[in-house]
Amino acid sequence: MTDTTAQQDSPPGAVALLILSAVGAFLALIATGLSPDPLFRLEGWVFTFAALASAAALTVGVANGRYQADPGRYEDGVIRAGAIATIFWAIVGMLVGVVIALQLAWPRIFYFPDAGWLNFGRLRPLHTSGVIFAFGGNALIATSFYVVQRTCRARLAGGMAGWFVFWGYQLFIVMAAVGYLAGITEGREYAEPEWFVDLWLTLVWVVYLLVFLGTLWKRKEPHIYVANWFYLAFIVTVALLHIVNNLSLPVSLLGTKSYSLFAGVQDALTQWWYGHNAVGFFLTAGFLAIMYYFVPKRAEKPVYSYRLSIVHFWSLIFIYIWAGPHHLHYTALPQWAQTLGMTFSIMLWMPSWGGMINGLMTLSGAWDKLRTDPVLRMMAVAVGFYGMSTFEGPLMSIRAVNALSHYTDWTIGHVHSGALGWVGFISFGAIYCLVPWLWKKDGLYSNALVEWHFWIATLGLLFYIAAMWVSGIGEGLMWREYTPQGFLANSFVESVSAKQVANIVRALGGVMYLSGAVIMAYNIYRTIRQPAPAVLPEASGPIVAAAA
Amino acid sequence: MSGLSYEQVARFAQQGGTLYFVVIFLAGVVYALWPKNRQAFRDMAHLPLREDEDDHVGS
Repeated sequence: MTDTTAQQDSPPGAVALLILSAVGAFLALIATGLSPDPLFRLEGWVFTFAALASAAALTVGVANGRYQADPGRYEDGVIRAGAIATIFWAIVGMLVGVVIALQLAWPRIFYFPDAGWLNFGRLRPLHTSGVIFAFGGNALIATSFYVVQRTCRARLAGGMAGWFVFWGYQLFIVMAAVGYLAGITEGREYAEPEWFVDLWLTLVWVVYLLVFLGTLWKRKEPHIYVANWFYLAFIVTVALLHIVNNLSLPVSLLGTKSYSLFAGVQDALTQWWYGHNAVGFFLTAGFLAIMYYFVPKRAEKPVYSYRLSIVHFWSLIFIYIWAGPHHLHYTALPQWAQTLGMTFSIMLWMPSWGGMINGLMTLSGAWDKLRTDPVLRMMAVAVGFYGMSTFEGPLMSIRAVNALSHYTDWTIGHVHSGALGWVGFISFGAIYCLVPWLWKKDGLYSNALVEWHFWIATLGLLFYIAAMWVSGIGEGLMWREYTPQGFLANSFVESVSAKQVANIVRALGGVMYLSGAVIMAYNIYRTIRQPAPAVLPEASGPIVAAAA
Repeated sequence: MSGLSYEQVARFAQQGGTLYFVVIFLAGVVYALWPKNRQAFRDMAHLPLREDEDDHVGS
């Protein structure tokens, strides 16, 4: 390809990515062709088509000399893509959640014996991974790329690597989702994807870490802002957890099945060390980073206590990593290990509430904004739910309380007060902040629609967790009820039918929360399609930011 | 390893672990409260409030 015009060549990173995509497509095609395992071939086709699409898009782009990077500007394109992906996966993940809630409420209507891929057991990991990793993960990657550039005053490192992280992560999500529906699973909660998908995620995640570290390295600020510490802890720890929990031996190199390197109670402990720190470092540390940037930014107040944020950070990460064994009370795990997990869970009250107070007190002097700014209110309620669910969690980790709560809907309610109340609301708040900034708009299309989103989602959330408290504590009490003769008073199925009203209320709450997300998607779509502000910042003269 | 009993390992882990966590925690608190860091932390707290919503890399 010879360029005779003055047109610039694409950066070498784009060409390298093009070659890697082509090689990846070729290797995936060979593996797909040779594999005797139909499920492996299905995943092979997904990977092959994704790599081919990537190679095709990059060929067109490189031929036209695209992908020029302006070192004087932040890399915002990948963040715009991340914001849209966040909203898209929010709706997909929550919709699947509504479907399985309906299956639990009306099993006679929503049970499809002829379509195995619509079975509850296959849809449930699609829902959990869809909301945690697809919705939450995209929110974290997008916001981390935004925050690290702004607080370091440096363009994202690695050129095209940020785009590789974005698209590579979407491919991970699609391969995981296709696998769940087809029946591929490792049976490890929140770590269901099989070994080949795990390897792909490892590659994407290591590049993510390098991009983040590279940007920190280039920073023009003397210190690293606290939000970046939380993001870095999230990225590093998730890498560690993912790799150790997925140490396994594939049965064959061209088949889906693998076996864990651990056995018995060691395997269970490794899984819940992973599982609880997915909560601690993915769903907590990462979203605390969002809190520490977006709440001060939106309230136009500095964080209440920067010193408290330092103590918050170090105590949170040192304590969280030990809390996993509380998932294994009354199991073959030695009792001292159960007590250790419980003790550290209770110690987590301190950093969690310190962080919540720090987030909420940032609003001091700006409380009036809670009345006028629904976006800030959404984030403040998120921080409130962070405090509530991190109070409830340690309580449930106490062995005697766990005897009542374990295996019941109380756990489901607890997870959702954290996921819908904390993770969901802080992410919605960040998206509502980011979109007008990224697309250079004066503001959102409609604040009234944000109010609708806020109130519908908050009410739905309250329906959800109240229903789960009632059904969870109810079934827990039914399971431990004895007759005077010493027999169990209730059969299991009696405790199931006792939950039907609660299951219906829960499904209603889920529908309301999903409706809020749909309202957000419409509002964001109209915001992006709004005409640009009359006076562009660029039009008013040379760079304004230099004066800051 | 064969020379160590469960009690010895447990004592080391319990007492050593307690000491380790208290020292790490105190080190974090001392760093956070160290008077020389006051100004730097104040500057850092104001970092997100600078106008940087547009996409020019700030200086």
